[in-house]
Amino acid sequence: MKNSLRKFSRGTGLSAAVLGVSALVLSGCGAPPAEDSSGGGAEAGSDYLGCIVSDSGGFDDRSFNQSSYEGLKKAEADLGIEINQAESQAETDFGPNVDQMVQAGCNLTVTVGFLLADTTKAAAEQNPEANFAIVDDNSIDLPNVKPIIYDTAQAAFLAGYAAAATSETGKVATYGGINIPTVTIFMDGFAEGVAHFNEETGGDVQLLGWDKESQNGTFVGNFEDAAAGKTNTQNFINEGADIIMPVAGPVGSGTLDAVIEANAAGKDVKAIWVDSDGYETAGKGEEFILTSVMKLMGDAVEDVISTDVEGNFDNTPYVGTLENGGVALAPFHDQEANVPADLQSTLDELKEQIIAGEITVDSAASPK
Amino acid sequence: MTPQDDRPVSPASDGGTPPTRRQTKDAARQDEVRLENAAETAGGELPPPAVPATAAGIGAGPGPEAGLMQRIMTGNALVAFLSVVLSLILGGLLIAVTDQDVARASSYFFSRPQDTLGAAWTAASSAYFALFQGSVFNFEGDTFTRMVYPLTQTLTVATPLICAGLGVALAFRAGLFNIGAQGQILIGATFAGWIGFTLHLPVGVHLLLVILAGMVGGAVWAGLVGLLKARTGAHEVILTIMFNYIATNLVLYFLSTPAFQRPGSTNPISPQLDASALYPPLLGPAFRLHWGFVVAVLATIFVWWLLNRSTIGFELRAVGANASAARTAGVNVSKGYILAMAIAGALAGLAGVAQVSGTEKVLTSGVAASFGFDAITVALLGRSSPWGTFAAGILFGAFRAGGVAMQASTGTSIDIVLVVQSLIVLFIAAPPLVRALFRLPAPGATRAGKGSAPTRTPASTGAAA
Repeated sequence: MKNSLRKFSRGTGLSAAVLGVSALVLSGCGAPPAEDSSGGGAEAGSDYLGCIVSDSGGFDDRSFNQSSYEGLKKAEADLGIEINQAESQAETDFGPNVDQMVQAGCNLTVTVGFLLADTTKAAAEQNPEANFAIVDDNSIDLPNVKPIIYDTAQAAFLAGYAAAATSETGKVATYGGINIPTVTIFMDGFAEGVAHFNEETGGDVQLLGWDKESQNGTFVGNFEDAAAGKTNTQNFINEGADIIMPVAGPVGSGTLDAVIEANAAGKDVKAIWVDSDGYETAGKGEEFILTSVMKLMGDAVEDVISTDVEGNFDNTPYVGTLENGGVALAPFHDQEANVPADLQSTLDELKEQIIAGEITVDSAASPK
Repeated sequence: MTPQDDRPVSPASDGGTPPTRRQTKDAARQDEVRLENAAETAGGELPPPAVPATAAGIGAGPGPEAGLMQRIMTGNALVAFLSVVLSLILGGLLIAVTDQDVARASSYFFSRPQDTLGAAWTAASSAYFALFQGSVFNFEGDTFTRMVYPLTQTLTVATPLICAGLGVALAFRAGLFNIGAQGQILIGATFAGWIGFTLHLPVGVHLLLVILAGMVGGAVWAGLVGLLKARTGAHEVILTIMFNYIATNLVLYFLSTPAFQRPGSTNPISPQLDASALYPPLLGPAFRLHWGFVVAVLATIFVWWLLNRSTIGFELRAVGANASAARTAGVNVSKGYILAMAIAGALAGLAGVAQVSGTEKVLTSGVAASFGFDAITVALLGRSSPWGTFAAGILFGAFRAGGVAMQASTGTSIDIVLVVQSLIVLFIAAPPLVRALFRLPAPGATRAGKGSAPTRTPASTGAAA
């Protein structure tokens, strides 16, 4: 018995070695670089250290952690700063991670998400010489903390209007990851947009999955379970909805799966992506993405860093709006042909009206 | 399957032939003898039977996998140690392979192989050095506080792991595979947290009440599982997994109600616990280490006493070794299941208290991190013995605390820590593999020669499985 096991392990070892060697043979034939490859010259601002701590979603969440991180990477490329990042696996990592960043001598630390608020506040109080910026939270009032928040409802309003105007069945749907303000603000705006369309055109487009009055609707309960997202979407499609907006980070990929299947089965169903332009980032089903409600966090993060590099850091909250381009509606891309001809111009008008304050999109979750 | 169906199955039946009455009796008697010996020699650290004679303990029904399960839970110390070493070596290889410098150097491997090997060595050794520096002693700290900070950090993270690990280990010893520590921590933390931020009581009383609430929360949650198993025979693995889901969603629901939210906010995060409800810092405010660690040490002593010195512990181990034999000997098996789970839950609840009153100071849905699942690994690595679990908890605390520093200073993904932890479980679950790699003799080989009942060695079972 034991001998056979040994033989077995030797056999697998051998095949692993063969595999490894062949991989090396295939890839190891390049020419070596010159012996004295000294690093590139120091760039301007390279003594500035910009850092970021993710929440438990990690930097590959296709959502706010990722866009914030990309903002920092962009600042690294554009401003020549050094960067350092710490990914949190769980909420218990927040404290140690932020502490590591402070110890590493970060000039500015971006913390992503309201769950990091307590940790950020404590670190900022203990280290008044270091600066912090926190995404999606406006609860801290300290001279060295800059909140970065978004009035996402404004862009979601446009998405709701576009969905209502495009829907063939007269039913559109949305669902969320967890019933929290940063999610429901999308759903509130979407609901308002649909309601505005009905008011303006006398239409009767129904919204499934969210009731703005009672602030209750369909939620997956997490930001991971793509299978549940798919089931939700299939339910909505069966109820007659033909445009679905998931506000659940990676769970949204389940919606795309369901939409792709429904289209393969001959139904005309579309999705609306959130946070980033899904046409470029979702990785599948792009042709079925009507539009996206974008939160341009990367730009805001880069902006805050460049202001700090120049020495002009301030703690006034940055509020992303349609006006300053912090939130926006993505282009229709492939869906251009499927939307009503005058929709884009109507949306442009609505956008102007929102910026001018003629239309107010209110949500319980809006930044006050 | 009701507990009454738990048939003792002699190892001889592993091959598929039904056990004879005689063999069954022999096996049962052997276990009783072993338990009696155990009670007599309980002064020292008592090794559980290396190869339990029966498969009934786990309650998973007769069959080789149940016996294997028990073997995995109570493997030997050397295998556990070697598993850690092997996992670290493999983890190092993985760090080297995924390192960017190594990838760059390997593109011209044949022109200058030493570059690749050097880069690989640098990547792995600097990552592990950072891991050490982040978990034991920081040579680069500018003050003494910063130098020893990593060690205190390790103990801080180890606190919930030890408490929850003890709970899992205790249930293991009673023959229950408790996957539910995660849910028990969450419910314990919810109870404790609610008392902590809702009631405003004087110093001392408040913390005591918080600790008590956490233990009660965990005990009720796990006790329910024990009750369902004892009354209906439902399998505790399925029950605890389902109870984890219920606990997670229950906490999410609570956090969506105003009673658990901060005034003026609808975010799912509770108010901070009162200062009087927090564990005081153990070494002053510069460190995160809190009195919860002392509680964890006390809990370890308690579990050691319970298992090795008390009548209840004796009964629990009897139930774990062979439920039918225990029943024949007059032990109330149903009571044993409920009691084992309730105590296990109370210990996991302590882990929840360590979170809300020790480090996090608020209740959120992620307050338990993955401690409940790590606790299973900790208990496995600690061979389900109290002090083994304590040591394994500290090792895992070091991995977690060091992983954070490793990520920050070398850019190595913290996921590597998870990989190392998972590899440890893998190796512990496959002792024959570890023995084959290190050319160790299979345990029980000598005993099999003189033993009355034919004993299958783990090696042969493992190879067969």
